[in-house]
Amino acid sequence: MKKLKSIRLRHNKNTAHCATVDFPVPDEVIIPMSQSMGASCDCLVKKGDIVLKGQKIGDSNAFMSVPVHSPVSGTVRIITDYLLPDGKKCKAAIIDSDGEQTLSPELKPPVITDRTSFIAAVRESGLVGLGGAGFPTHVKLNYDAVKTPINMLIINGAECEPYITSDFREFMEEPADITEGILNVQKYLGIPNCKICIEENKPEAIKLMKSKTEFINSVEVVTLPSRYPQGAEKMIIYSASGRIVKEGELPSHQGVMVLNVSTVGFINRYLRTGVPLISRRVTLDGPAVTQNAGNYNVPVGTRIEKLIEYGGAGEIKKILYGGPMMGLCLYDPGQPVIKTTNAVIACKKAVMPKTTPCIRCGLCVKRCPMNLMPVSIQKAYEARDAKALDELKVLLCINCGCCTYICPAHRRLAENTQLAKALVPRK
Amino acid sequence: MNALVVSPSPHRRGEITSQKIMALVIIALLPSAAVGCVLFGLQALFVLLTCICSCVIFEILCFLIMKRPQKVYDLSAVVTGLLLGMNLPSECPLYVCVIGSFIAIVIVKQLFGGIGQNFANPAIAARIVLTLSFTGEMTRWAVPYWYKNGADVVTGATPLASEWLTFSAPDGALQKMAPFTLREMFLGTTGGCIGETCALALIIGGMLLIFTRVISPVTPLVYIGSFGLMTFLYTGSAVETLYHILGGGLIIGAFFMATDYTTAPLTNRGKLVFALGCAVITFVIRQFGSYPEGVSFSILLMNLLTPYIDKLTRTSPLGAVKNKKTDGNKRLSEWKEKLENRFFNPERNDF
Repeated sequence: MKKLKSIRLRHNKNTAHCATVDFPVPDEVIIPMSQSMGASCDCLVKKGDIVLKGQKIGDSNAFMSVPVHSPVSGTVRIITDYLLPDGKKCKAAIIDSDGEQTLSPELKPPVITDRTSFIAAVRESGLVGLGGAGFPTHVKLNYDAVKTPINMLIINGAECEPYITSDFREFMEEPADITEGILNVQKYLGIPNCKICIEENKPEAIKLMKSKTEFINSVEVVTLPSRYPQGAEKMIIYSASGRIVKEGELPSHQGVMVLNVSTVGFINRYLRTGVPLISRRVTLDGPAVTQNAGNYNVPVGTRIEKLIEYGGAGEIKKILYGGPMMGLCLYDPGQPVIKTTNAVIACKKAVMPKTTPCIRCGLCVKRCPMNLMPVSIQKAYEARDAKALDELKVLLCINCGCCTYICPAHRRLAENTQLAKALVPRK
Repeated sequence: MNALVVSPSPHRRGEITSQKIMALVIIALLPSAAVGCVLFGLQALFVLLTCICSCVIFEILCFLIMKRPQKVYDLSAVVTGLLLGMNLPSECPLYVCVIGSFIAIVIVKQLFGGIGQNFANPAIAARIVLTLSFTGEMTRWAVPYWYKNGADVVTGATPLASEWLTFSAPDGALQKMAPFTLREMFLGTTGGCIGETCALALIIGGMLLIFTRVISPVTPLVYIGSFGLMTFLYTGSAVETLYHILGGGLIIGAFFMATDYTTAPLTNRGKLVFALGCAVITFVIRQFGSYPEGVSFSILLMNLLTPYIDKLTRTSPLGAVKNKKTDGNKRLSEWKEKLENRFFNPERNDF
């Protein structure tokens, strides 16, 4: 099997041994109605309504949508327009917490009998992919079993981004939920094999999962090299199974499904308790965090500035949702933790090295995991040559950022490639 | 809290810079430059310094005149100057060095857009122009005999330009003897350009570049390997093959000139094609041409082909599906339309 191209990064997994601590419930939460890749929800509550913890406050009939629940009990202060960090606009509910955390009486463990009720339950739980991209999990589970049968479930525990340790803590703290969750997915969807993929820089997690799955024949723990971007979907599928997801295909076309380890752990917790996705594990770290760096179980909707204050950060230039390679910048520290926030990284300074002319060293070509040619893409983009961009397969770029990272001339290749995608008509 | 910076990912950058790469190339060139200065004396040092200084000055002047931001700190002009100096004989007059630097920096590099835009390797192009225009000065080779008999540096022919001695062996068969031993050629105590005679120092520098991953081993391996194979098949003599590999500018060309980023293909497949092409042209010129030396011509010619090699050796992205080829007739009609627009459009009268 050919080795994938990749880069080596400093891991900075400083918080690997910080057990998850419950973060104090904030006075107010902001709940954007769009927290996944799918359509935005319609708000089910209005100003002045009393809501309970776990109550559904947003839902939609659109195909790729996931309901939103209230993480606190209290009063809806206002429904407002809200600008997400990725530039999308949606409605958001701001809820004042009463501090009681009264659980909604409607919450109870779902009754699962078959595939359909399982997928419906996953949708009701408000679950989206917890790795960062936020693909609605029920859509992924609801694949066409006749046209594209799936024979391998891949559990993504690579966590290749620096700093982030929330998936590692999931392995260390909830191994039973993970194995149970895998078995449930396998049982209801009829997937015969499962591979749990963990990077080799997490030997404790590998050992623990091996011992937990020792007597389960259908589950195998796979050790992957610690290279970035090992955790990207196409990369982990190739590393774990040798299958290549072709252009325009979904993983299900190759008979695989990738679930993040926290996602699969959550599925089981929901089946056990019936509590929807209203809080999640967030890694708080970064060069600007001076105290209390660690993993916290944070209610969704908590303003990031609460976390930052808790981390004792002084001078801050940049705050990231997610890791330093693919994380999204916050434009305002008042923005909330959402379902896909696996880490909050605070930086003292913003690295913006000056761009110098390309020297055609070819390092970007040598490092691109998708085997693209970022330097040629940039040239074609500057010439606005849509045909050349199409031939260079610009749409395949996964925006991992290896090219920009490695470029000795500090050219913003990944950024250019993202812009270039707009010039090529999608098929 | 002050304003936050919002920028696209990635938010972490690697530590390699263009300047560091150039500095590594300079370090890798230093051993053979030093050996050249020891072998050929102070005159060689003057040639090297003149080339480096005039290249840097021309670069600064170009940036000033062209009103471009001053980028001389990227050290690329120093690399060009050093390479050019190492490609000149130590007896070369200093004004020729300045003219060479002008050709390299101003004409080949800056007029085409500066670093990363030149169509040919500046040092190679300058060496060829100088060889053709100052043939006398450029072929007055010093041979460092002082280590043998204490005499000064004397002029003589280079290994590739000198005649092989022919004599009859006791059994009556004709035998040929090389004017220099292989050991002399490996250590560099022969006639030639300042930086190209000592194969040992060049290989040490080349290895440094390969181990620091500045250059890919493909180019030097394929270039020297296939050239050696062709020479061996043609001459049938291992000694003569080694003689041709060690002689002339092959080693410096393969490690330092054919690996130039700007003028060589991007991918390893492209580099393979490039190196093979260089080897074939060098072999043909050396064996059948009237010039004793073919390395610089071969690299220059392959430099010109680089855009095409790049286009034909694109990488195949992971999981890419080939675009359907457009119908031949359709393409032809599109092309005709384009032509008509260009030449037969009554509204255009600019030709």
